[in-house]
Amino acid sequence: MKIIVCLKQILDPDLPARDFRIDAAKREAVRGSANLVTNIFCENALETALKLREKSGDATITALCYGGSEAEDSVRKALAMTANEGVLVEREGGSNPDAATVARVLAAAIRKLGGADLVLVGRESGDWGVGQTGGLLAGELGLPSLAFVDTIDVAANGLRLRRQSDAGFEVAEAPTPILLTITNNEQNVPRIPKTRDVMMSYRKPLQKLTLADLGLDDEAVRSGNGAYEVVELAVPVKEVRCELVEGDTLEARVDALARKIATVVNGLG
Amino acid sequence: MSNDVAIGLFGANGYDRVAQGVAGAGRRLAAELGGKLHALVLGPIDEPGLAALGGVVDSVVIAGQAELAEYQPDVYLAALEQLALPLEPAAILLGGDFYSQELTPRLAHRLGGASMADAAAISVHDGTIRAPRTASGGKAIAVDGLKLRPAVVWTRARSMEPAQPTGAAAPVERRALDLPAPVVRIVERIAEEQEGGKLEDADVIVSGGRGLGGSEPFEDLKALAKVIGAENAASRAACDAGWVPPNWQVGQTGKKVAPELYLAIAISGASQHLLGMGDSKVIAAINTDAEAPIFKHCSFGIVEDYKKVVPLLTEKLKELVSR
Repeated sequence: MKIIVCLKQILDPDLPARDFRIDAAKREAVRGSANLVTNIFCENALETALKLREKSGDATITALCYGGSEAEDSVRKALAMTANEGVLVEREGGSNPDAATVARVLAAAIRKLGGADLVLVGRESGDWGVGQTGGLLAGELGLPSLAFVDTIDVAANGLRLRRQSDAGFEVAEAPTPILLTITNNEQNVPRIPKTRDVMMSYRKPLQKLTLADLGLDDEAVRSGNGAYEVVELAVPVKEVRCELVEGDTLEARVDALARKIATVVNGLG
Repeated sequence: MSNDVAIGLFGANGYDRVAQGVAGAGRRLAAELGGKLHALVLGPIDEPGLAALGGVVDSVVIAGQAELAEYQPDVYLAALEQLALPLEPAAILLGGDFYSQELTPRLAHRLGGASMADAAAISVHDGTIRAPRTASGGKAIAVDGLKLRPAVVWTRARSMEPAQPTGAAAPVERRALDLPAPVVRIVERIAEEQEGGKLEDADVIVSGGRGLGGSEPFEDLKALAKVIGAENAASRAACDAGWVPPNWQVGQTGKKVAPELYLAIAISGASQHLLGMGDSKVIAAINTDAEAPIFKHCSFGIVEDYKKVVPLLTEKLKELVSR
């Protein structure tokens, strides 16, 4: 089975709010001293692929990323997590292309790589978080899709999938080729690469492609805002003053807390 | 392309809070665009739900055939596409549930439109449909301008103002569609036990986080919740650790809730979590760390170890609360 896992490199979402700055004119976050990391759901997707390879035995996993030259680190880390090969499509133009543009680029890259039985995409990213790329990419590739999948098993006639739903879980049967968006569960927590695998990752193939290589050397792709663009960006100012309950003893403080809670709850009828 | 707005609803949910919010957002957008508001209903809807819906929109189209009795992604996508096509709407608005989230980009792609997620409101500016939403895990507010039509958008419907009655009953058309067989087939639906009702409908929520350190303390939180008639929830960290089921998760990628009271226990208040519960009327916190971000977002709280507070608090509330 041939698996392609799509990765996005983003500004570390764990950057505390007090250190978070934006460039309102450029309408993007300022990197400052923050790290660039692979989006967590993309790593969940890669881990899901690695688990599937362990279970099925004969899968090859390609990590595919559309990003700036620094995104090579994300592809390299995927190789260290033991993906078989990596591909970086070097981004041109603005640093925040819309999901429709990203889907177009990824689709062209996947076709150039000869397609795949399974395309995995994180459910959304920790920066803009619109969560549109997976569904749009399925459309571009003309593939069926299922969202919010957290477990993949090989079944007699295709795949058996478990995905999260509003009520709990759903089990689905699906053929390949297919695109899945992946969400997190306790099984697909991304592994920490072993030192040996980190060293080995530098010997693994990492192919770099340009937009021209994909036949996408056009202004629409470079401007990357054909479907939507961020027209305003602001940091919300919302701070309320918290009243910490007071009292000489723990019991007195908990009593004060209980009374405040009871006032709200009893008011609901 | 018309100036009309369509809303996509699941008949099985009737005219619930989500449908009310979507209809409200749809009506406001339709008024700005100078168009009509159409409800596209997938699957059978009961009479009271239909009557209420018909009272707030300008037309209702129902695809109630047997293939749509239960959600199947490919079939629902095809049905929504077929219902929307003849209307050529400027925008199609959906709720914030997983199915709507799944359908949004696929529908936009099929219709050649632009898709957007988690919109807190929808408006028009110089002819462009705009959607404000949170970005960077709640640390920023972005406004996206959607440059293609239809704009297909799933919304934060539950916290949107419901639509006002029009004073008339909208015409209802029942349409039989020619639908494809599902390629992906959902064969089993497993509801996780959740005592009481839906988390999103709860007026009081008792939620636990990473600081609880395991599944056992959640038993104490369940006992506390029972006393005050609350539902239980958790942060992503607690769900990822497997202490509680994933459908307890509140936050950016979990449920979005807005109860009258949200009691956050051993939750630091990372922006990703605040995104799921920041609209709560009253937020209260129990946390050992006085510097935890949650204390910048709550009305009242106590800086103390939950282990000392929760048993005592539960006993006190037994005396004080009559529910």
